[in-house]
Amino acid sequence: MQAAAFFILAFMAVLSGLVVISHRSAVISALALAFNLISIAGFFFLLDAQFLAFVQVIVYAGAIMVLILFVLMLLNVDEERRIERSGPVQKTLGPIMAAAFAAIVGWNVWNASGDATFPEATAGFGTVRALGLELFDRFYYPFEAISLLLVVAMVGAVLLAKRRL
Amino acid sequence: MVDPQYFLVVSTVLFALGVTGVLLRRGAISMLMSIELMLNAANLAFITFARQFDQVEGQIYVFFIITLAAAEAAVGLAIVIALFRLRSSTDVDTVNLLKW
Amino acid sequence: MTDVLLSPVAFTLYKLLVVISVLMGGVSLMTWIERRLSGMIQYRVGPNRVGPMGLLQPFADGLKFVMKEDVMPADAHRLIFTLAPAMSLIPAFCAFAVVPFGPPVEIAGRLVDLVIVDLDGGILFALAASSLGVYGIVCAGWASRSKYSLIGGLRASAQMVSYELALALSVMGVLLVSGTLRPTEIVAQQAGWFWNWNAFAGGWQLLGFLIFLIAGYAETNRLPFDMPEAESELVAGYHTEYSSMKFAMFFMAEYVNMMTASALAVTLFLGGYHLGIPLALDGWALWIVQILAFVAKVGLFLVLFVWVRWTLPRFRYDQLMSLGWKQLFPLALVNLMISAVLVALDVIRR
Repeated sequence: MQAAAFFILAFMAVLSGLVVISHRSAVISALALAFNLISIAGFFFLLDAQFLAFVQVIVYAGAIMVLILFVLMLLNVDEERRIERSGPVQKTLGPIMAAAFAAIVGWNVWNASGDATFPEATAGFGTVRALGLELFDRFYYPFEAISLLLVVAMVGAVLLAKRRL
Repeated sequence: MVDPQYFLVVSTVLFALGVTGVLLRRGAISMLMSIELMLNAANLAFITFARQFDQVEGQIYVFFIITLAAAEAAVGLAIVIALFRLRSSTDVDTVNLLKW
Repeated sequence: MTDVLLSPVAFTLYKLLVVISVLMGGVSLMTWIERRLSGMIQYRVGPNRVGPMGLLQPFADGLKFVMKEDVMPADAHRLIFTLAPAMSLIPAFCAFAVVPFGPPVEIAGRLVDLVIVDLDGGILFALAASSLGVYGIVCAGWASRSKYSLIGGLRASAQMVSYELALALSVMGVLLVSGTLRPTEIVAQQAGWFWNWNAFAGGWQLLGFLIFLIAGYAETNRLPFDMPEAESELVAGYHTEYSSMKFAMFFMAEYVNMMTASALAVTLFLGGYHLGIPLALDGWALWIVQILAFVAKVGLFLVLFVWVRWTLPRFRYDQLMSLGWKQLFPLALVNLMISAVLVALDVIRR
């Protein structure tokens, strides 16, 4: 049952990934990326990371992708008359190198895992409680640092997009 | 439940797709989206390892990566908007003033 | 055979069917309520020809929607144009999957929780489903290839994303007070008298409740936050180019969103299915009363939605965004801080 879910999710994720990188229209790419993010959230559910699955949907698919869609629609980038054309070298060598990379790394990962399996998870693994206890105990300083980073990013984004400084 | 290597192979494939996207696409926002694809592949790998070794640290890292991706998308899109105002196109090949 | 019909999976299926039919029936009832109530507020009679007191009006409306011609602009993006109403409707229904609409009842010897899925992070699921509702509107606005639709769609999605912050923060106040994200546990903690509810002395979340309500109006694109579909400014905003069943699906999505927002408000702040007055009943009598109490509370909020719509004027778009970011968001943060102090000082009994 979970294996079937895994294969369906894997198929959806790879298919939407292909649409993201190959479709002419940037808006369809963005919608395919949103679909990909939701299937990754499905993977997180399978792997007992419920809180992160919800965070992925709320933050990544629900806010970041909407922001990207906004900018695409406001800038009207989607003119399909102007088809992006990379050079011939890029178009042939790029996919070949990426495929070779995937093949080599995938092969090595497959062999190195050997007969690894998932152990039984501890009770409450991946719940809000477990993450919260860890986050505010060992990762307290990174937590404060990342809130500072968010403030800097907000100020930077507002300033960069202003028409007149 | 399938073994961990299946998840890792899916993560590798998605990462390779993201790399191809960055190499092939020329619009700035499309490249940003391919980078988000790569970040998600890394997130999947982190969560797989967190589950395999029963440590919640991997999930904390994913938490931080998602936050960072949000900040990076905001700033990246602001830069794209500023560039668009200058060049009226998001084609990254037009941003070549510093080329000698 | 009977043990298949009585298995937990089968019970989930029954609950699913009941909830979907009640929601769809509620949508048609809401159209009638909206038109009659708006008539009363505007000092005129609403529809009263079709059936007694106009009660068969929703059937006439439904028939009209089905029989109208389905027009699609020639330049529209066909796939996204057709999918957008579904993208709007599905998350609206999904968010209702975690709402407990009744107490645990005993059917055929087993205890059945009257909630479709009792997730550990149930409230987060409801928030996630409402975040995904933005896509239908954005896609509808873009796929119509029309200026009014695009502007309406972008305004609607900006509004929904902005008010999600205040919504989530007001829910965080309840999380602090309850210590759990499970809707069934949140409701169970509000048993007893009505001042034990989270909005009153049970959790001191009155400010959070008001913020949730206002943000709920903005999330469902209802007046006074109705700028995306403002008839006088934007023709009809993001659903300008839609007709017949696709428009009916947007219509349904709006009403189902209203019902979900009301159900969440009742669950989080007003004690869910608890009556608020301890009765000396037991067994099925008590359970029926509690289910009816839930329905009555949600109905009260729906009537409030309609009442506010026909009473208040519409916010201008910059006023709307300013309200969401500069007033509601800081207020929600203040509410969170006050709740944290109250929990730390052990004022709240949990």
